[in-house]
Amino acid sequence: MRNDLEAYLEELRTRGLTPQREARLRAELETAGAEHAPPASEPGTGPFAGFFRSVYAAADLLDLQRGAAVERPVTQIQKSLDELLERDRRREEDGFPRKIRVGKLVKPGRGTAGKVVVVPTTEEEKFIHDPTVRPQEEGGTGGTGDEGEGEVIGEQPVRPEGQGTGTGPGQGEGEAHELESSAYDLGKTLTEKFQLPNLKEKGKKRSLTRYTYDLTDRNRGFGQVLDKKATLRKIIESNISLGNIPDVADIDPSRFLIAPRDKVYRILSREKDFDSQAMVFFLRDYSGSMSGKVTELVATQHVLIYSWLIYQYAGQVESRFILHDTEAKEVPDFYTYYNSQVAGGTEVASAYRLVNEIVAKEGLAKDYNIYVFHGTDGDDWDSGGDKALPELREMIRYASRVGVTIAEHGLGTSGGTEVSRYLENSGLLTERPELIRMDVMQEDADEPRLIEGIKKLIS
Amino acid sequence: MELINQHTKAIMEGCKERARDAGLSFTNESLEYIVTNRDLLELMPKVMIPTLYDYWVHDLEVLREKGKYELYPHNPYETVINTRPPISFYNDNNPDWLNVMIFYHVLGHIDFFQNNLYFRHTWDYDFTGQALSDKRLIARLRSEKGHWVDYVIEFARAIDNLVNYHGELARLYVPDTAVMSERLDYYFDVFLQRLKHVPVSDYLKEVARYNDCLKEFGEQGEKTFFSEAVKKYPELEAHFAKQDGRLSPRRDLLQYLMDESPFLNRDENEWMKQVMEIVRNTSIFFQPQIRTKIMNEGWASYWHEKLFLQDDRIKGHEVDFARVHAGVTSLPRVGLNPYALGMRLFTWLDELGDTGRYSLAYQRLAGAESRKRFDTGAGQGQEFIFRIRENLCDYLFIKEFIDQDFTDRYKLFVVDRRLDQQRQVWQYFVKSRKSEEYRQMLLDTLYHPPVIEVDQERTYGGQLSLVHRFEGKQLVREYLANTMLGIEFLWGGPVSLETSDGIMERPSGSPQGEGAGGGEIRWQRVKYTMHEKVLSRQLVERI
Repeated sequence: MRNDLEAYLEELRTRGLTPQREARLRAELETAGAEHAPPASEPGTGPFAGFFRSVYAAADLLDLQRGAAVERPVTQIQKSLDELLERDRRREEDGFPRKIRVGKLVKPGRGTAGKVVVVPTTEEEKFIHDPTVRPQEEGGTGGTGDEGEGEVIGEQPVRPEGQGTGTGPGQGEGEAHELESSAYDLGKTLTEKFQLPNLKEKGKKRSLTRYTYDLTDRNRGFGQVLDKKATLRKIIESNISLGNIPDVADIDPSRFLIAPRDKVYRILSREKDFDSQAMVFFLRDYSGSMSGKVTELVATQHVLIYSWLIYQYAGQVESRFILHDTEAKEVPDFYTYYNSQVAGGTEVASAYRLVNEIVAKEGLAKDYNIYVFHGTDGDDWDSGGDKALPELREMIRYASRVGVTIAEHGLGTSGGTEVSRYLENSGLLTERPELIRMDVMQEDADEPRLIEGIKKLIS
Repeated sequence: MELINQHTKAIMEGCKERARDAGLSFTNESLEYIVTNRDLLELMPKVMIPTLYDYWVHDLEVLREKGKYELYPHNPYETVINTRPPISFYNDNNPDWLNVMIFYHVLGHIDFFQNNLYFRHTWDYDFTGQALSDKRLIARLRSEKGHWVDYVIEFARAIDNLVNYHGELARLYVPDTAVMSERLDYYFDVFLQRLKHVPVSDYLKEVARYNDCLKEFGEQGEKTFFSEAVKKYPELEAHFAKQDGRLSPRRDLLQYLMDESPFLNRDENEWMKQVMEIVRNTSIFFQPQIRTKIMNEGWASYWHEKLFLQDDRIKGHEVDFARVHAGVTSLPRVGLNPYALGMRLFTWLDELGDTGRYSLAYQRLAGAESRKRFDTGAGQGQEFIFRIRENLCDYLFIKEFIDQDFTDRYKLFVVDRRLDQQRQVWQYFVKSRKSEEYRQMLLDTLYHPPVIEVDQERTYGGQLSLVHRFEGKQLVREYLANTMLGIEFLWGGPVSLETSDGIMERPSGSPQGEGAGGGEIRWQRVKYTMHEKVLSRQLVERI
């Protein structure tokens, strides 16, 4: 893959590249071989939990008296939320940046221990040393045992066992609920406090009934309506196995032996009604250039959008998460979506293509209101959007809204990123403003700016 | 919160007697409370001080992911607080034998609080009482000045780790006679050492000569001394004159702002200084606790083990005790446990003192066998560890006493982890068994706020100039803007900060994220300026 990219870069260069852009692409190319390591397992569990534990984490009430850490119940915070938000609003009037964030994810974890809880939070900034910026050879913690230097004490899978991809039956049910219930409250808060617009339904009737009855199931032997085509197929099957059809080129239906079991009927059955549901695709660029703040911005905004949609659709929202560099892949949960590491080059088109494929393959377009939100830093190897734009045009044929968030690095001037340029030039934004929106922000944007961005994307 | 019942209190008093007999010393009175989860919810944000001032941030979840213990060094789950009388908190329905153990542990802490010299500044007043009056003051100011009080608290808290605690402490210990004339300080501290780079022997000769002059000429000693010195260095006076009136850097940013800020010193803003003083005092109060975590926990664990085993009241609960005690003080296979480490160090030092191994004679011994058998029968272990408990903090404790003998005895090593790309596992491996590296690793984990000084030379024209003394770690960049915004408010003008930023040059394919570290780092000296709430950054040319 790397060689392909190198050749591609050469080609781009002959077509003309600014030196800064080339440097950026080169930097991404450097990481192209790297794995998108799945998120590290939550420290704090397993035999190596102590690796990340500071000496200052020990305290008498917890360790000596065996007390449990006290979690402040979310409800208790919510009670004073109005007051807090009022305070935050006043901060702005007084000329200071807002400080309370409602959409911050705390304790994103995997598996049963991991919960995603959305609560209002704040930070107290100080001048402190940054422990993450250090040379590779430093680091480590204490340990005890008989092993010699260099010997491996033990291993821990990067992805905890029993956490395969895909959702098995019942897996993560409670967890998903956890996110949803707090996300619902958050969506409510967002709608009320930040005056996010209410959703306008286009044409489709919204219904809260989750089931509908239809003649969809097939049954052999008896039922309401005979399914002639299926019955005929069954009869031929039986007759072939009986040796009753000597020549397939010349079939005489009058000679058929017909067993009662061959008759296939349609019977009335209960079906899930997906009509009123929304399907949200969250797309995130996880290429090498996305490291740091931009990823956090995009993910945070996506949580907020998700929460708002959950509120708007009264909980009937399904979400799909897609990550892309030069290739796109679907990931099973928000945790992986949020935490997967960045590496590799960028090709926005790959993600759009994957969405189109999923929608076509699963026939989603007719049952769902489809929303696509894409977060990127605006860099794309596909200059001019030659590949991305056709996919995008395809997408807006079925999507209720496509929202593109571009979190710019502080490098270029505003509007200077590749993606924003080709979107602007394509005229799509002005042609179909009801279907596609773009929001460009700087990477140091704060939460109010994010919410402003959401308004822009969904209004 | 309720006090413990009389029965339990009697157990505590019994523990006190036995602890005193063993040599611990503490005040007679102490208060013990039962706390429920509900109480804890209220106490935790206030770092267990029930009377701490109210602040809105305490009412909501605070993000503590990045540099958790640099931001919030004092652990919210402490059992004892260093007040007069000392207050301690207990879960309801602990069995009596467990209470005995916890009480001994608590008494170990109280003894440590009241005898370790790093806590000297907390000995003369009761912090809960002080905090209560501060809380009332803040409440009164809130009713007068409204929500601006909270901005001042916020901005002062943002720099409450830059308080020069050591300077504060040093003031308490400098004897009056040690105060020298400025000229003398300059001559010995700056002129001879930094300008002339005189060899140590010559330097000592000058010190001796000064002492002689004092002895011989008394009051006139210094004059005589300098008339000689000027003969030797004719340029001395000129240098001193140039130096005189020059302003030295100031470490305590909070105090500096209170003293010098033109904004705070306006009549209508004087009240803000009261709030800042409260924040500063609170910070200084907590400083020693975080700097003696390993010693303090180790000391308390050492004593709860020793005293519990000698206690006649707990017969029949030895096994229960062993389980709980091991849970608290066993050395983790991977990780650091202050109880385990501190307790072993004290036990080890007790042994060193008893066998007379903390001596030159022992250190000179080379033979392993003779080292093993070395025992002068000094029997001064207890005296030795009591002296350590009085005089050291974590940094000195670790730096001085962790040696190869100690790490070998307890089989300690440095653990690190690496990513096995192929098999997708983290491998934890023994990185080193050398005591120097173990020691260094420990020292690196200790609390250490950045050293940021006010450069008074370059503070002019209304602009405050701060300089970060770079120690191989950059500051958390996302926090700069809001922190400096606060300083700008308190100073009333633009603020600049000179610091170093790292540019990571990652080798391809290296794992990222916490614990993995980066590749090569190139450092750049940069200057951030906060002016009218806008932060700008520029490179600083190295001269």
